Amino acid sequence: MASDVLVLVEHIDSELTDTSYELVGKAKDLAGGWNGEAVALALGSVDTSELAADRVLKMAHPSLDNYTPEAWLEALHAVVQERDPKLVLIANSTVGMDLGAGLSGRWGKPIAAYASAITGEDQDVVVTSQVFGGKLLAEAVIDGGQGVCTVIAGSFPGEAGKGGGATVEDLTPPAALGESRTSFVTTIEPEGGDVDITESPLLVSIGRGIESEDNIELAQEFADAIGAAVSASRPITDAGWLPKTRQVGKSGMKVKPKAYLTFGISGAPEHLEGMRDSDLIVACNIDENAPIFDIAHFGTTTDLFDLLPALTEKVK
Amino acid sequence: MADMIVLLRQVPDLVEELELNDDSTDVEREFMKFVLSEWDDYALEEALLVKEASQGSVTVVALDDPDVDQVLYTALAKGADKAVKLTGSEEGWIDSHQRARTIASWMRNQTYDLVLTGVQSVEDIDGQVGMLLAQELQHPHVSVVVSVETKNGSARVTQEFGGGRFSELDVQLPAVLGIQQSRQAPRYAPISRVRQAQQAGGLEEVPTEVSGGSGLTVRRLYAPESTDHAEMLEGSADEVADKIIELLRSRGLIK
Amino acid sequence: MSVFAAGPGPIDEIQTREVFANFGFFELALFYLLTAVAIGLFAYGAFRRIRKYARGRRAGRLTMPFRRTVVRTAEIGANATIGHRYPMVGVAHFLIFWGFIVLFIGTVILTIDHDIVRIAFGEEASFFKGTFYIVYSVILDTWGVAFLAGLAYMGLRRGLSRPRNLDYKRAEEPPEGYSRAQFVRGDWLFLGLLAFIAVTGYLEEGARIVASDFPDFEIWSPVGWLVGRGFEAIGVDAAGPGETWRHVLWWVHSLAALGFVAYIPFSKAMHMLTDFGNLLFFDEGSSRRLSPPVEAPDHAGYQSLEDFTWKELLDLDACTKCGRCHVVCPANAAGAPLSPRDLILDLRQWADQSTSTVSILDREHRVEPTGPLTVNGDGTKLAGDVIKQSTLWSCTTCMACVEACPVGIEHVPTIIQLRRSLVDEGSMEQSLVDALSNIASQGNSFGKSSRMRARWTKSLDFTIPDARKEPVKYLWFVGDFASFDERLQEQSRTLARLLHRSGVSFGILYEGEWNAGNDVRRVGEEGLFELLVEHNREALEAARFEEIFTTDPHSLNTLKNEYPDFGASYPVKHYTELLRDLIKSGEIKVRPLGRKVTYHDPCYLARYNNITRAPRLILEAMACHVKEMPRNKQGTFCCGAGGGRIWMDDSGLVERPSENRIREAMELGVDYFVVSCPKDLTMYSDAAKTTGNEDKLTVIDVVGLVAEAMDAPEPAMASEAGDVG
Repeated sequence: MASDVLVLVEHIDSELTDTSYELVGKAKDLAGGWNGEAVALALGSVDTSELAADRVLKMAHPSLDNYTPEAWLEALHAVVQERDPKLVLIANSTVGMDLGAGLSGRWGKPIAAYASAITGEDQDVVVTSQVFGGKLLAEAVIDGGQGVCTVIAGSFPGEAGKGGGATVEDLTPPAALGESRTSFVTTIEPEGGDVDITESPLLVSIGRGIESEDNIELAQEFADAIGAAVSASRPITDAGWLPKTRQVGKSGMKVKPKAYLTFGISGAPEHLEGMRDSDLIVACNIDENAPIFDIAHFGTTTDLFDLLPALTEKVK
Repeated sequence: MADMIVLLRQVPDLVEELELNDDSTDVEREFMKFVLSEWDDYALEEALLVKEASQGSVTVVALDDPDVDQVLYTALAKGADKAVKLTGSEEGWIDSHQRARTIASWMRNQTYDLVLTGVQSVEDIDGQVGMLLAQELQHPHVSVVVSVETKNGSARVTQEFGGGRFSELDVQLPAVLGIQQSRQAPRYAPISRVRQAQQAGGLEEVPTEVSGGSGLTVRRLYAPESTDHAEMLEGSADEVADKIIELLRSRGLIK
Repeated sequence: MSVFAAGPGPIDEIQTREVFANFGFFELALFYLLTAVAIGLFAYGAFRRIRKYARGRRAGRLTMPFRRTVVRTAEIGANATIGHRYPMVGVAHFLIFWGFIVLFIGTVILTIDHDIVRIAFGEEASFFKGTFYIVYSVILDTWGVAFLAGLAYMGLRRGLSRPRNLDYKRAEEPPEGYSRAQFVRGDWLFLGLLAFIAVTGYLEEGARIVASDFPDFEIWSPVGWLVGRGFEAIGVDAAGPGETWRHVLWWVHSLAALGFVAYIPFSKAMHMLTDFGNLLFFDEGSSRRLSPPVEAPDHAGYQSLEDFTWKELLDLDACTKCGRCHVVCPANAAGAPLSPRDLILDLRQWADQSTSTVSILDREHRVEPTGPLTVNGDGTKLAGDVIKQSTLWSCTTCMACVEACPVGIEHVPTIIQLRRSLVDEGSMEQSLVDALSNIASQGNSFGKSSRMRARWTKSLDFTIPDARKEPVKYLWFVGDFASFDERLQEQSRTLARLLHRSGVSFGILYEGEWNAGNDVRRVGEEGLFELLVEHNREALEAARFEEIFTTDPHSLNTLKNEYPDFGASYPVKHYTELLRDLIKSGEIKVRPLGRKVTYHDPCYLARYNNITRAPRLILEAMACHVKEMPRNKQGTFCCGAGGGRIWMDDSGLVERPSENRIREAMELGVDYFVVSCPKDLTMYSDAAKTTGNEDKLTVIDVVGLVAEAMDAPEPAMASEAGDVG
């Protein structure tokens, strides 16, 4: 077993995701402790010049250009077999959901999923994972000190992974890539034309507590009064009350506004992942035990149906 | 037309307060209330929708989790054709690796086109069962799936990425899918139908042996410290509104 | 016969009229033939209807024979239900009703004399003469006038004042349009036919009197006599065309009457028969104590005509389209797609269509075969196509329709049978699915852990006894909302504190209590209801207590009226009844508050269970001046939350029923809107806010006032406070 930490980086439109930098930063930190290298694996076409990994492995193949779980797992597994890293880090994204457990099964090494912290204790790898919907944290040791870890976005600073200077190595794709049973059909891009919530400095965000589609009006009025955009948690966009592009969270947008005001959002981990970096978070939820209050700077248990009209009134 | 197998699993009901066991390495399961993992419920719904659209069959299978009979009968009441309970698992938590291996050993004797299960569960710290199972059986797999359609030996699935992006993939069958969301909200099974199914029996019990393991050792479980709990704004709606506006004003965010 | 001696002529033994004067054989034969045809058509029509009812399931309505026959018949004879809240209509209908019966009996008597007595016993046996004839003439002539007066009032009301209940605008309007013009024509045909028969009767009588040259004894037919004088004035007299007119008018009148007989079972006129039956077999308890679902292996709710009971099928034919249910329905008032009248009429048209029943001018017309015109088969559904899902889900089960119906139609149980069909196939909105799933797993609709049910008691400075562990006098069945809704928990604590302070022995079931299931049953989820009953029954059996009291009127209803069917029979009262008793016995001492209040009767307390006095007595004991809203007691207006509506989306409504109600209360100039149901407290607090009356009208629970009254300062003359009736 080598002492390297391998990071599978992800990209959208040939640009690396923020989480890729976060993982590379962490990999450097961990690999340093084990006297190994932080190695980034980039599949398909992507600009890796900003990555601060010790080494960047690049693999190009027609079946890697558009993501399919099968081809990427084949490639990742081939590299892992070849290099035998101590730890493989993948974001807990759609890709990580596919490949984390997939690699664990294929490789025969353990996986610790939903990680929010990783430490090296001598040769041991100790992972802290979010379980039970974020209600508990589990501290687990990877037996044998070698395995896979899927990491929740935003767990580590991204800066440490930036700076460039990596040795780039081009890899030969494994032959099995040509035999994939999964084929890419098309990508569905976010619907344009609606409000871009990632650009708005002020967000009024609503959740299940708004109760019905008609009540969204209350949030919209307040948002209009302060020049904010209206965003939402998953239940609202799933119900079709707002377009999918307004969804904040793991499967929605990551936002970082100057102020994020929530109404009726309880704060599932998936939602928190998309907004935790906001400069100011003010939460309104009638349940005083709602997890949103653990991350908000200010909170209130006032009924949103009283608070929203009062806010609108006062701003006007 | 596709013969589908849907994997169901019981998880602790998060509505309840979670209590830890004596050495804080697991939640106290003895008096805990268990419910069907919500993503598995989506998987069942999606399978039923696929069956409605293009015939086929739905078999639900679960390990001998607490109160699992009820869940299997509910699935039958909703329209599943067959329910299988894999018995022989020990008391306590069975990790994803063990689940995948146990289910795979049963599945090797089954014929099927498609396996659906929830994309994740609230306690699969050692990885998602569906993807592990796919490796056991060497099937292609896709997770975070929000829509499934079958035709001529393949499935067209929609996989969800963040930020409103999706991609469509064609997967040759047999394949394993991790369902994030069904196209429709899971249907309601009237209690009388569930009871009818219960009275009719028909739960197939298959003895199995649980083997393997996750290779993870949980040292401790603990509640996240909420040291940064929000500063609570008290008062009437009017007073709270004033305070919030002051917060925004003092930061120059509104006039 | 001294009474008649003073009359204008001597009483002669042979004084009578001739029935078939100047009739030839063929004419006579034609009349009897036509009579036979008319009676034949009537019998056929009636047979078809009866055969349809006979297809229905058992209804269990042969109970209480004395009450049904004697008492109900008396009520029907008095037209009591018709006069309820509509006194003028009651009087007018009374005149038509008895006018028709008297005239009909008159015809029967004549037939008996003419076609039975005279033929069997010879001409000399006839009794239709002399004194009998005179009495007969007076009675029929006067009731004829009454009959016409009643018809005139109804015609003017329908034609000129056009009350909203008689406009046939649908609550749920099909996109492709519809026409109910036939209904209007049918109404006028019915009224017109009755009036025409009466008028031609008088004309014929007048012509007869003219033709026989005003014999003295005919003065006892005063209207006919006057009509005769009128004929005479225009030159129709005995010497001239009098006899011809009489002959022609005789035929016109007879044909109209015979036509009417044939028309009865095919038209609005059938209500004369169906409503008698419907009122005899009416069960006022059918909404408060629902019947179990159909026992069929493949379905639970109503799917076809065979699923209906014969009483429910009779209900459909009983409707006279009076629209009283339409105007009292809170769903309809709120702009929801439900009108109980439309529901019954749609089902009737669909049933008639499916049984190929002929009906005259009783059809709604549509371009497409939708709604009531839905053709059976092809996967069309009774609940969903004939009656829209949205219509069925709009019902609050407030029972205002059943209470308002003058002819004993039971809308609510039928709606619930149809809902059972929707639940059986899982067709319901997500919020309702969530609520039911929560109830199934945790016993409450809030999705909270069942172990948290008694958490509201934590902040009390005493412990409420667990009735399963120690015996108590009263078992408090708290209910979901009072246990889990944060706004209502304080209310529950207030009640707990004042009972504790007054030394009342009471306990609760803690996590043993689950949702009582009243609204679950009314949503149509019978299986879950049974599950809840079993659960609660076990908990109740494990507890030791004398009586149950509930916070929630809905829980009260099912515990009191439905649980006994499942082997859980206990005395159940509402907390307002308990408080009344405690104040009366002096266990609770209240001081005068002297507030100006109005009191809102919850449907499930007032209309379902006739509990209207207790809360008012409490208010009086606190010297509160109760000003009644126009819709009060059994005529109360629903808050909109019942029948599971509280778990459904109400944002599509034009005006929420609760807002409508607050506006009603605002007219009174009172300061407090007093409620006695936890759902009401939230519904009306919200409505007071949304209508902008939050500062003018305080919504408060009876408990809140009692708590205040217990702590109120001792008045200078504290004598009457605390003294309840």
